[in-house]
Amino acid sequence: MKLERRAAMATLLADRGDDLLVVPGLGSTAWDAAAAGDDDRNFYLWGAMGGAAMIGLGLALAQPGRRVAVITGDGEMLMGLGSLATIGIQKPRNLAIIVFDNGVYGETGMQPSHTQSGVDLLSVAGACGIATCLDVRDEPALIDLAGRLKRLNEMLFARVLIAADEPPRVLPLRDGVALKKRFRAAIGLNP
Amino acid sequence: MSAGPGNWPDQLFDTLKRGGIRQVGYVPDAGHSRLIERCRADGEIRDVVLTTEEEGVALAAGAWLGGERTALLMQSSGVGNCINMLSLSRACRFPLLMFITMRGEWEEFNPWQVPMGSIVEPVLKLCEADIYRVRTPDEVASTAERALQQAFGDERIAAVILSQQLIGKKVWTK
Repeated sequence: MKLERRAAMATLLADRGDDLLVVPGLGSTAWDAAAAGDDDRNFYLWGAMGGAAMIGLGLALAQPGRRVAVITGDGEMLMGLGSLATIGIQKPRNLAIIVFDNGVYGETGMQPSHTQSGVDLLSVAGACGIATCLDVRDEPALIDLAGRLKRLNEMLFARVLIAADEPPRVLPLRDGVALKKRFRAAIGLNP
Repeated sequence: MSAGPGNWPDQLFDTLKRGGIRQVGYVPDAGHSRLIERCRADGEIRDVVLTTEEEGVALAAGAWLGGERTALLMQSSGVGNCINMLSLSRACRFPLLMFITMRGEWEEFNPWQVPMGSIVEPVLKLCEADIYRVRTPDEVASTAERALQQAFGDERIAAVILSQQLIGKKVWTK
Protein backbone atom coordinates (compact mmCIF):
# COMPACT_ATOMS: atom_id res chain seq x y z
CA MET A 1 0.00 0.00 0.00
CA LYS A 2 1.71 3.18 -1.17
CA LEU A 3 1.61 6.39 0.82
CA GLU A 4 -1.06 8.96 0.06
CA ARG A 5 0.52 12.24 -1.06
CA ARG A 6 -1.58 14.73 0.92
CA ALA A 7 -1.16 12.79 4.16
CA ALA A 8 2.56 12.39 3.49
CA MET A 9 3.00 16.16 2.98
CA ALA A 10 0.96 16.90 6.10
CA THR A 11 3.17 14.55 8.13
CA LEU A 12 6.38 16.17 6.85
CA LEU A 13 5.19 19.72 7.51
CA ALA A 14 3.35 19.19 10.83
CA ASP A 15 4.73 21.48 13.55
CA ARG A 16 7.30 22.65 11.02
CA GLY A 17 8.88 25.34 13.16
CA ASP A 18 9.74 28.91 12.20
CA ASP A 19 13.08 28.00 10.69
CA LEU A 20 11.86 25.57 8.02
CA LEU A 21 11.84 27.06 4.52
CA VAL A 22 10.01 25.02 1.89
CA VAL A 23 10.35 25.02 -1.89
CA PRO A 24 7.49 22.94 -3.36
CA GLY A 25 8.11 21.95 -6.98
CA LEU A 26 5.60 22.92 -9.66
CA GLY A 27 2.44 20.88 -10.00
CA SER A 28 1.09 18.42 -7.52
CA THR A 29 3.66 18.97 -4.76
CA ALA A 30 2.77 22.67 -4.76
CA TRP A 31 -0.91 21.80 -4.31
CA ASP A 32 0.03 19.31 -1.57
CA ALA A 33 2.03 21.95 0.31
CA ALA A 34 -0.82 24.46 -0.01
CA ALA A 35 -3.27 21.84 1.26
CA ALA A 36 -1.04 21.21 4.28
CA GLY A 37 -1.48 24.87 5.23
CA ASP A 38 -0.27 28.00 3.50
CA ASP A 39 2.83 29.58 4.97
CA ASP A 40 4.82 32.69 4.03
CA ARG A 41 7.95 30.56 4.14
CA ASN A 42 6.74 28.39 1.25
CA PHE A 43 8.07 29.46 -2.13
CA TYR A 44 5.69 27.63 -4.46
CA LEU A 45 6.86 27.09 -8.02
CA TRP A 46 4.40 27.55 -10.85
CA GLY A 47 7.06 27.02 -13.50
CA ALA A 48 10.87 26.75 -13.66
CA MET A 49 10.59 23.00 -14.13
CA GLY A 50 13.85 21.33 -13.18
CA GLY A 51 14.90 24.23 -10.98
CA ALA A 52 13.47 23.36 -7.55
CA ALA A 53 16.57 21.64 -6.17
CA MET A 54 18.86 24.47 -7.31
CA ILE A 55 16.60 27.11 -5.74
CA GLY A 56 16.91 25.06 -2.57
CA LEU A 57 20.71 25.04 -2.89
CA GLY A 58 20.99 28.82 -3.30
CA LEU A 59 18.63 29.33 -0.38
CA ALA A 60 20.38 26.81 1.89
CA LEU A 61 23.79 28.39 1.21
CA ALA A 62 22.39 31.87 1.90
CA GLN A 63 20.59 30.82 5.10
CA PRO A 64 22.86 28.36 6.91
CA GLY A 65 20.98 28.92 10.17
CA ARG A 66 17.66 27.73 8.78
CA ARG A 67 16.51 24.38 7.38
CA VAL A 68 15.51 24.14 3.72
CA ALA A 69 13.27 21.43 2.26
CA VAL A 70 12.74 21.07 -1.46
CA ILE A 71 9.69 18.86 -1.95
CA THR A 72 9.09 18.04 -5.58
CA GLY A 73 7.85 15.35 -7.94
CA ASP A 74 9.73 12.71 -9.94
CA GLY A 75 9.11 14.47 -13.27
CA GLU A 76 10.40 17.79 -11.98
CA MET A 77 13.48 16.10 -10.47
CA LEU A 78 14.18 14.22 -13.69
CA MET A 79 14.36 17.50 -15.61
CA GLY A 80 17.02 18.75 -13.20
CA LEU A 81 18.97 15.54 -12.75
CA GLY A 82 22.27 17.37 -13.31
CA SER A 83 21.52 19.55 -10.30
CA LEU A 84 22.00 16.48 -8.09
CA ALA A 85 25.62 16.38 -9.30
CA THR A 86 25.97 20.10 -8.54
CA ILE A 87 24.40 19.74 -5.09
CA GLY A 88 26.31 16.53 -4.37
CA ILE A 89 29.59 18.42 -4.31
CA GLN A 90 28.21 21.34 -2.24
CA LYS A 91 26.27 19.34 0.36
CA PRO A 92 24.93 22.09 2.59
CA ARG A 93 24.06 20.53 5.96
CA ASN A 94 20.72 22.33 6.08
CA LEU A 95 19.24 21.06 2.80
CA ALA A 96 16.79 18.20 2.28
CA ILE A 97 15.62 17.18 -1.17
CA ILE A 98 12.48 15.10 -0.98
CA VAL A 99 10.97 13.61 -4.12
CA PHE A 100 7.37 12.42 -4.17
CA ASP A 101 7.70 9.62 -6.70
CA ASN A 102 4.51 8.23 -8.20
CA GLY A 103 6.04 7.20 -11.52
CA VAL A 104 3.73 9.42 -13.57
CA TYR A 105 3.39 12.97 -14.86
CA GLY A 106 0.19 13.67 -12.95
CA GLU A 107 -0.47 17.21 -14.18
CA THR A 108 -0.43 16.27 -17.85
CA GLY A 109 -2.56 13.16 -17.89
CA MET A 110 -0.72 10.48 -15.93
CA GLN A 111 1.80 9.55 -18.61
CA PRO A 112 4.49 7.21 -17.25
CA SER A 113 7.72 8.80 -16.07
CA HIS A 114 11.17 7.24 -16.31
CA THR A 115 11.02 6.08 -12.68
CA GLN A 116 8.20 3.72 -13.55
CA SER A 117 10.51 1.97 -16.00
CA GLY A 118 13.37 1.47 -13.60
CA VAL A 119 15.21 4.81 -13.35
CA ASP A 120 16.11 4.95 -9.69
CA LEU A 121 16.43 8.49 -8.30
CA LEU A 122 17.77 7.18 -5.01
CA SER A 123 20.72 5.54 -6.75
CA VAL A 124 21.33 8.69 -8.79
CA ALA A 125 21.43 10.82 -5.64
CA GLY A 126 23.77 8.34 -3.96
CA ALA A 127 26.04 8.22 -6.99
CA CYS A 128 26.18 12.03 -6.90
CA GLY A 129 27.75 11.88 -3.45
CA ILE A 130 24.77 12.49 -1.19
CA ALA A 131 25.54 10.25 1.78
CA THR A 132 22.09 10.04 3.34
CA CYS A 133 19.55 8.73 0.83
CA LEU A 134 16.32 7.46 2.30
CA ASP A 135 13.87 5.09 0.67
CA VAL A 136 10.50 5.99 2.17
CA ARG A 137 7.87 3.39 1.42
CA ASP A 138 5.68 3.21 4.51
CA GLU A 139 4.37 5.17 7.47
CA PRO A 140 7.25 4.38 9.89
CA ALA A 141 9.83 5.47 7.29
CA LEU A 142 7.83 8.66 6.68
CA ILE A 143 7.73 9.44 10.38
CA ASP A 144 11.47 8.83 10.56
CA LEU A 145 11.98 11.29 7.66
CA ALA A 146 9.79 13.91 9.37
CA GLY A 147 11.94 13.53 12.50
CA ARG A 148 15.17 13.90 10.52
CA LEU A 149 13.78 17.00 8.85
CA LYS A 150 13.15 18.56 12.28
CA ARG A 151 16.75 18.14 13.36
CA LEU A 152 18.37 18.46 9.95
CA ASN A 153 22.15 18.68 10.29
CA GLU A 154 23.40 16.85 7.23
CA MET A 155 22.24 17.00 3.67
CA LEU A 156 19.69 14.36 2.82
CA PHE A 157 17.82 13.06 -0.17
CA ALA A 158 14.60 11.10 0.21
CA ARG A 159 12.39 9.34 -2.27
CA VAL A 160 8.88 9.00 -0.98
CA LEU A 161 6.90 6.39 -2.90
CA ILE A 162 3.36 7.67 -3.23
CA ALA A 163 0.23 6.40 -4.91
CA ALA A 164 -0.58 7.82 -8.35
CA ASP A 165 -3.76 9.60 -7.38
CA GLU A 166 -5.02 13.08 -8.09
CA PRO A 167 -6.60 14.76 -5.08
CA PRO A 168 -8.53 17.99 -5.73
CA ARG A 169 -6.25 20.92 -6.49
CA VAL A 170 -5.54 23.39 -3.73
CA LEU A 171 -4.06 26.39 -5.50
CA PRO A 172 -1.66 28.70 -3.65
CA LEU A 173 -0.87 32.32 -4.49
CA ARG A 174 0.50 32.46 -8.03
CA ASP A 175 1.90 35.99 -8.22
CA GLY A 176 5.65 35.36 -8.25
CA VAL A 177 6.61 38.82 -7.04
CA ALA A 178 4.20 38.56 -4.12
CA LEU A 179 5.49 35.08 -3.23
CA LYS A 180 9.05 36.38 -3.25
CA LYS A 181 8.27 39.46 -1.17
CA ARG A 182 6.30 37.66 1.50
CA PHE A 183 8.95 34.95 1.77
CA ARG A 184 11.76 37.49 2.25
CA ALA A 185 9.71 39.48 4.74
CA ALA A 186 8.96 36.31 6.72
CA ILE A 187 12.66 35.69 7.29
CA GLY A 188 13.43 39.27 8.22
CA LEU A 189 14.75 40.57 4.91
CA ASN A 190 13.74 43.76 3.15
CA PRO A 191 10.98 42.41 0.82
CA MET B 1 46.22 45.50 -8.18
CA SER B 2 47.75 46.68 -11.44
CA ALA B 3 45.39 48.13 -13.98
CA GLY B 4 46.95 46.79 -17.16
CA PRO B 5 44.65 45.72 -20.01
CA GLY B 6 45.20 42.02 -19.32
CA ASN B 7 43.98 42.45 -15.78
CA TRP B 8 40.30 42.94 -16.48
CA PRO B 9 39.32 39.63 -14.83
CA ASP B 10 40.94 40.82 -11.61
CA GLN B 11 39.14 44.15 -11.87
CA LEU B 12 35.91 42.28 -12.46
CA PHE B 13 36.55 40.16 -9.40
CA ASP B 14 37.16 43.29 -7.30
CA THR B 15 33.87 44.73 -8.56
CA LEU B 16 32.01 41.58 -7.55
CA LYS B 17 33.58 41.72 -4.10
CA ARG B 18 32.72 45.40 -3.63
CA GLY B 19 29.18 44.65 -4.79
CA GLY B 20 28.67 42.04 -2.08
CA ILE B 21 28.45 38.98 -4.35
CA ARG B 22 28.48 35.87 -2.14
CA GLN B 23 27.66 33.07 -4.57
CA VAL B 24 29.14 32.57 -8.03
CA GLY B 25 27.66 29.94 -10.32
CA TYR B 26 29.53 28.94 -13.46
CA VAL B 27 30.04 26.37 -16.14
CA PRO B 28 33.81 26.29 -16.70
CA ASP B 29 34.89 28.51 -19.57
CA ALA B 30 38.31 29.54 -20.87
CA GLY B 31 37.37 33.24 -21.06
CA HIS B 32 36.34 33.22 -17.40
CA SER B 33 39.19 31.03 -16.16
CA ARG B 34 41.04 33.75 -14.24
CA LEU B 35 37.84 35.05 -12.63
CA ILE B 36 36.79 31.51 -11.67
CA GLU B 37 40.20 30.94 -10.13
CA ARG B 38 39.87 34.12 -8.05
CA CYS B 39 36.37 33.15 -6.88
CA ARG B 40 37.49 29.64 -5.94
CA ALA B 41 40.35 31.06 -3.88
CA ASP B 42 38.15 33.55 -2.02
CA GLY B 43 36.99 32.63 1.47
CA GLU B 44 33.76 34.66 1.36
CA ILE B 45 32.49 33.64 -2.06
CA ARG B 46 30.84 30.27 -2.50
CA ASP B 47 31.77 28.98 -5.95
CA VAL B 48 29.20 26.61 -7.42
CA VAL B 49 30.23 24.69 -10.51
CA LEU B 50 27.12 23.84 -12.55
CA THR B 51 26.35 21.07 -15.01
CA THR B 52 24.31 23.47 -17.15
CA GLU B 53 23.79 27.21 -17.03
CA GLU B 54 20.08 27.11 -16.25
CA GLU B 55 20.97 25.71 -12.83
CA GLY B 56 22.64 29.02 -12.13
CA VAL B 57 19.46 30.99 -12.81
CA ALA B 58 17.67 28.91 -10.17
CA LEU B 59 20.64 29.14 -7.79
CA ALA B 60 20.59 32.94 -8.01
CA ALA B 61 16.84 33.01 -7.31
CA GLY B 62 17.23 30.83 -4.22
CA ALA B 63 20.16 32.89 -2.99
CA TRP B 64 18.13 36.10 -3.32
CA LEU B 65 15.21 34.53 -1.43
CA GLY B 66 17.75 33.97 1.34
CA GLY B 67 19.27 37.45 1.09
CA GLU B 68 22.45 36.79 -0.89
CA ARG B 69 23.70 38.17 -4.19
CA THR B 70 24.88 35.84 -6.95
CA ALA B 71 26.81 36.32 -10.17
CA LEU B 72 26.46 33.83 -13.01
CA LEU B 73 29.35 33.23 -15.41
CA MET B 74 28.92 31.56 -18.77
CA GLN B 75 29.92 31.40 -22.39
CA SER B 76 27.55 32.59 -25.13
CA SER B 77 26.38 29.02 -25.81
CA GLY B 78 25.13 28.85 -22.22
CA VAL B 79 22.60 31.62 -22.82
CA GLY B 80 20.55 29.21 -24.90
CA ASN B 81 20.50 26.76 -22.02
CA CYS B 82 18.92 29.36 -19.74
CA ILE B 83 15.88 30.48 -21.70
CA ASN B 84 12.98 28.77 -19.96
CA MET B 85 14.55 29.14 -16.51
CA LEU B 86 14.72 32.91 -17.09
CA SER B 87 10.93 32.77 -16.68
CA LEU B 88 11.68 32.40 -12.97
CA SER B 89 13.67 35.64 -12.90
CA ARG B 90 11.03 37.45 -14.95
CA ALA B 91 7.87 36.15 -13.25
CA CYS B 92 9.21 36.88 -9.77
CA ARG B 93 11.53 39.80 -10.58
CA PHE B 94 14.59 38.09 -9.20
CA PRO B 95 17.80 40.02 -9.75
CA LEU B 96 20.12 38.17 -12.12
CA LEU B 97 23.65 39.33 -12.92
CA MET B 98 25.19 37.47 -15.85
CA PHE B 99 28.68 37.71 -17.33
CA ILE B 100 28.78 36.21 -20.79
CA THR B 101 31.97 35.57 -22.74
CA MET B 102 31.33 35.63 -26.47
CA ARG B 103 32.21 33.00 -29.01
CA GLY B 104 31.37 32.92 -32.67
CA GLU B 105 31.77 36.62 -33.44
CA TRP B 106 35.46 37.40 -34.00
CA GLU B 107 38.21 35.20 -35.42
CA GLU B 108 36.18 32.13 -34.55
CA PHE B 109 37.71 28.87 -35.73
CA ASN B 110 34.73 26.70 -34.77
CA PRO B 111 31.67 27.34 -36.97
CA TRP B 112 29.43 25.50 -34.49
CA GLN B 113 29.84 28.44 -32.11
CA VAL B 114 28.28 30.86 -34.59
CA PRO B 115 24.57 29.90 -34.49
CA MET B 116 24.13 30.58 -30.76
CA GLY B 117 26.74 33.33 -30.56
CA SER B 118 24.94 35.31 -33.26
CA ILE B 119 21.61 35.37 -31.39
CA VAL B 120 22.75 36.00 -27.81
CA GLU B 121 21.76 39.67 -27.76
CA PRO B 122 18.33 39.36 -29.45
CA VAL B 123 17.43 36.38 -27.29
CA LEU B 124 18.36 38.19 -24.10
CA LYS B 125 16.42 41.25 -25.26
CA LEU B 126 13.34 39.08 -25.76
CA CYS B 127 13.85 37.91 -22.18
CA GLU B 128 13.72 41.55 -21.02
CA ALA B 129 17.36 41.61 -19.97
CA ASP B 130 19.34 44.83 -19.80
CA ILE B 131 22.39 44.34 -22.00
CA TYR B 132 25.80 45.82 -21.37
CA ARG B 133 28.30 45.15 -24.15
CA VAL B 134 31.99 45.47 -23.33
CA ARG B 135 34.56 45.71 -26.12
CA THR B 136 37.70 47.00 -24.44
CA PRO B 137 39.47 46.10 -21.18
CA ASP B 138 39.17 49.58 -19.71
CA GLU B 139 35.35 49.40 -19.86
CA VAL B 140 35.00 46.16 -17.91
CA ALA B 141 34.99 47.32 -14.29
CA SER B 142 32.80 50.40 -14.76
CA THR B 143 30.29 48.50 -16.90
CA ALA B 144 30.13 45.63 -14.41
CA GLU B 145 29.47 48.13 -11.66
CA ARG B 146 26.51 49.63 -13.55
CA ALA B 147 25.09 46.19 -14.36
CA LEU B 148 25.42 45.12 -10.74
CA GLN B 149 23.51 48.16 -9.54
CA GLN B 150 20.84 47.65 -12.15
CA ALA B 151 20.39 43.97 -11.30
CA PHE B 152 20.16 44.28 -7.53
CA GLY B 153 18.88 47.81 -7.22
CA ASP B 154 16.02 47.40 -9.66
CA GLU B 155 15.56 43.60 -9.54
CA ARG B 156 16.35 43.11 -13.20
CA ILE B 157 18.22 40.70 -15.42
CA ALA B 158 21.49 42.46 -16.26
CA ALA B 159 23.74 40.76 -18.80
CA VAL B 160 27.31 41.94 -19.31
CA ILE B 161 28.50 40.68 -22.67
CA LEU B 162 32.26 40.37 -22.96
CA SER B 163 33.21 40.58 -26.64
CA GLN B 164 35.33 37.84 -28.14
CA GLN B 165 37.83 40.50 -29.18
CA LEU B 166 38.40 41.27 -25.50
CA ILE B 167 38.95 37.65 -24.57
CA GLY B 168 41.18 36.75 -27.48
CA LYS B 169 41.41 33.94 -29.91
CA LYS B 170 41.22 30.35 -28.77
CA VAL B 171 44.40 28.48 -29.64
CA TRP B 172 43.52 25.28 -31.50
CA THR B 173 46.94 23.89 -32.28
CA LYS B 174 49.82 23.95 -29.86
